[in-house]
Amino acid sequence: MYETTYHRASSLAEAVRLRADSDEAKYLAGGMTLIPTMKQRLAAPSELVDLRHIAELRGIAVKGRRVRIGAGTPHNEVATSAAISAVCPALCHLAALIGDPLVRHMGTLGGSIANNDPAADYPAAMLGLDATIITDRREIPAGDFFTGLFETALEDGEIVVAATFEAPARAGYSKFANPASRFAMTGVFAAQAADGTVRVAVTGAGANGVFRHAGLEAALTRNWSPDVVSDVAVETGDLLSDLHGNADYRANLVKVMAKRAVATA
Amino acid sequence: MGVEGIGARVTRKEDKRFLTGKGRYTDDMTVPGMCFAAFVRSPHAHARIGNIDATAAGEMPGVIAVLNGRQMLDDGIGNLICGWMIHSKDGSPMKMGAWRPLAHETVRYVGDAVAVVVAESMAEARDAAEAVIVDYEELPAVTDAVTALADGQPQLHPEAPNNLIFDWDIGDAAATDAAIAAAAHVTQMRIVNNRLAPNPMEPRAALGIYDAADDHYTCYTTSQNPHVARLVMSAFYNVAPENKLRVIAPDVGGGFGSKIYIYPEEITCLWASRRTGVPVKWTSDRTEAFLTDAHGRDHVSTVKMAFDASHRITALKVDTIANLGAYMSLFSSAVPTYLYATLLSGQYDIPAIHANVRTVYTNTVPVDAYRGAGRPEATYLLERTVETAARELGLSPVELRRINFIRSFPHQTPVIMNYDAGDYDASLAAALQAADWDGFPARKAEAASRGLKRGIGMSCYIEACGIAPSAAVGSLGAGVGLWESAEVRVNAVGTVEILTGSHSHGQGHETTFAQLVADRFGVPIDSVSVVHGDTDKVQMGMGTYGSRSGAVGMSAVVKALDKVEAKARKIAAHLMEADESDIVIENGTLKVAGTDKSLPWFQVTLAAYTGHNLPPGMEPGLKEGAFYDPSNFTFPAGCYICEVEVDPETGKTEIVQFVAADDFGNIINPMIVEGQVHGGIAQGIGQALLEGVHYDPQTGQLLTASYMDYAMPRADDLPSFQVSHQVTPCPGNPLGIKGCGEAGAIGSPPALMNAITDAIGTNALDMPATPARVWAAARAAAN
Repeated sequence: MYETTYHRASSLAEAVRLRADSDEAKYLAGGMTLIPTMKQRLAAPSELVDLRHIAELRGIAVKGRRVRIGAGTPHNEVATSAAISAVCPALCHLAALIGDPLVRHMGTLGGSIANNDPAADYPAAMLGLDATIITDRREIPAGDFFTGLFETALEDGEIVVAATFEAPARAGYSKFANPASRFAMTGVFAAQAADGTVRVAVTGAGANGVFRHAGLEAALTRNWSPDVVSDVAVETGDLLSDLHGNADYRANLVKVMAKRAVATA
Repeated sequence: MGVEGIGARVTRKEDKRFLTGKGRYTDDMTVPGMCFAAFVRSPHAHARIGNIDATAAGEMPGVIAVLNGRQMLDDGIGNLICGWMIHSKDGSPMKMGAWRPLAHETVRYVGDAVAVVVAESMAEARDAAEAVIVDYEELPAVTDAVTALADGQPQLHPEAPNNLIFDWDIGDAAATDAAIAAAAHVTQMRIVNNRLAPNPMEPRAALGIYDAADDHYTCYTTSQNPHVARLVMSAFYNVAPENKLRVIAPDVGGGFGSKIYIYPEEITCLWASRRTGVPVKWTSDRTEAFLTDAHGRDHVSTVKMAFDASHRITALKVDTIANLGAYMSLFSSAVPTYLYATLLSGQYDIPAIHANVRTVYTNTVPVDAYRGAGRPEATYLLERTVETAARELGLSPVELRRINFIRSFPHQTPVIMNYDAGDYDASLAAALQAADWDGFPARKAEAASRGLKRGIGMSCYIEACGIAPSAAVGSLGAGVGLWESAEVRVNAVGTVEILTGSHSHGQGHETTFAQLVADRFGVPIDSVSVVHGDTDKVQMGMGTYGSRSGAVGMSAVVKALDKVEAKARKIAAHLMEADESDIVIENGTLKVAGTDKSLPWFQVTLAAYTGHNLPPGMEPGLKEGAFYDPSNFTFPAGCYICEVEVDPETGKTEIVQFVAADDFGNIINPMIVEGQVHGGIAQGIGQALLEGVHYDPQTGQLLTASYMDYAMPRADDLPSFQVSHQVTPCPGNPLGIKGCGEAGAIGSPPALMNAITDAIGTNALDMPATPARVWAAARAAAN
């Protein structure tokens, strides 16, 4: 690891100010990606601005079917939240599948979606739930937030404060883990809103990161049943091929995981 | 056997310090003035080295020195060697290209070291290493051995046209070809044995300390064989003569073969310490471990197995291409030859065998022995082929194996080995019963009702342990003898120190070697200390690999114990005025048979050291040494049965049952043996299901350089293992033991692959059987 200077911010305003003081500063949330990257000397921020002790970023609030999750909430709190489980158990299930217990107690929602790893779980949930990403400057629909591999709509210095969404009538998440990293080789989050419209978000499989699948959404909006998935065509053109599996395999996984997500919803 | 003697399930003495984090590893060693080394490594798979500009690096904070390969050459440090000479069929010696500890002309794999920075802190050393500017002229690279043999490919060493190191064979080609021509059935396969990274929990490390006042060197290193390290560094690398070089391998956290070899880093730390005058420590990080630890396996073979009309195997013909990487590592030439092709008879009576092996240079890290070393490659090839043959012939795999088992011993195979003892039917029967083989169809039907494809597969393996006798291996090209030494020092109060040339890096020697003494003299194992891993304490030894510590290392201890016992008996007989032949040793007491006369062990040992009343002419003291050179390899064997459920939608395999029935001969500590089997099976499952090193074929970059892409087996990948032992004592050594360290890794891959291929209904599947591969293979088979 290169030498760096650590700052602990106690408020959003302080975090923004600390970061603005340096061109090479980076926000630190759970650190589950950033710290290993720094250890491998692949990242060299001169300053780290730690967001983990900012009260405004913590906490889960459920009002009716409206869910708000603070960006600094660790995965384990989401996984074990009775309030969320009562309205959207699929999200608890998803959070429980992230990494391992150590990661789940350190990693945060905000850190995960700001990083937008193409194989991370949370982006699929945010997109599938049609969540709104609240930052210290504005509100961004999930559909506009995730813009590419490790790319988001966040501007320089902008901080994710929370994510909010209306709990769907039902939802399911099914993940096929990469045998090595245990990240999603393919993960599918399928959600049916109260009005019957369906959103299907796919992580791990896309060459450009998380995406919605129009064909699956149309078929499942017509008939919310695992049986309809097999008739949907999944094109391989925009899917990832790597040493763990080619695009054909991932296309198959998109369908299988979609089927299982619906079956478990 | 006593509560702590041979055969007792004694918990491990060493685990207290290991499990409480109090082990003392090389990286834990700190000496005054110690500085740290960081290596400048090639980012290219193949390049000519131009200018190395260390000006900026040398001026960075904390930097003591930046040293390069030309300076090392000027100081007379020698090339790294391969210690086993193999001759090609045409009689020419293997083509050993020069391997410099620090390359000064050409780099040949990503990670090849070209310079070293010594600095006051690890961080400063690494910062400065990044500031060393190396001009590289990139050359085309080749990483695949089959490709590298073809015309027009990049050439690694001028000595080796077409990158061919040797073209060697064994067995009777004419007889084999004739039997194949006359066969009723021939099964043919192409078998790939995937390349593996060893991944010991403790990465490699070295601390070189030069004492100018005494002109003496000390090297702490993560070695499985510190004496061999000292010998090789003295005799070949010109680091220092043996009397001026002390090598210490303290606690070592796993080796699996990868810590047998003497690597560039420990040589460089010693040399750099003399150059700079400060002690120099280097510790590998995990990425460096992937890049520079010797890999294992990497064979591509074709095989023909011939059968007569009664399904007896009449011949086996094998053609293997083995990737040895960019340079020949210490034992690399022996692995795909004498540790591989000599095991191709397996458990079967095969009249004619011929194997041809070509070894090849590629722009990859060197390949050498990895748990099993050649024997897993032989077993995998043979057991996949036998299973496929059974399917082609419409026979039960059990029946086909039984038809061909060797049943009389000794058995001379057509490929050198002479099996001394075994009972292959016994292990097969035990495994079949434990696995409830006959109940499989019902379980398969039940799995099908859940949408899963259930398969069952077996493997009947044989291996050869001990890698001996010395005269025999010498005649086959080995540069060293493969005996072992031991010394037993009995203290005046009756406590005992065993000094052994074997090295424990997870095997539990501190417990099992002590059990030999407890068994013999009745002293508690707490009163027995095992001393190993230090060339200043133990005179000489050959180290631990090839499952040799029990069969060879313990046999040396037994020889020394025999001498100690003989002297103790003489003393006791003298003190009790009895005939030596009437002395019996029971529960720590030396008694005169048929009388009430007795002396406790500690009184006899005390008498040896007071010297007040010894038999006439006897020297005082009770300390004996022995060298043991085995008369033959030992031949552990067994039967493994694996049952899997494959999800046809995803290709994911779940191992639902794994049975191991092993014959290791007599067993010193069943708990430790079971642990060895469990670990070996886990590694074998890792090879078959998960692990595989991938280099980019164009650039030669290592694509699996972290655990994000290299899949290691985890607890939830593994089932609970059912382990049993059948015992045919080894007639060749005093304890009747055969060795157990590698069996699990040897026997398990084919059993698992045979189960998966049974489940999905195709023989066309290579390791690792990743979900993607299994899904594709099942789909291809269905179409």
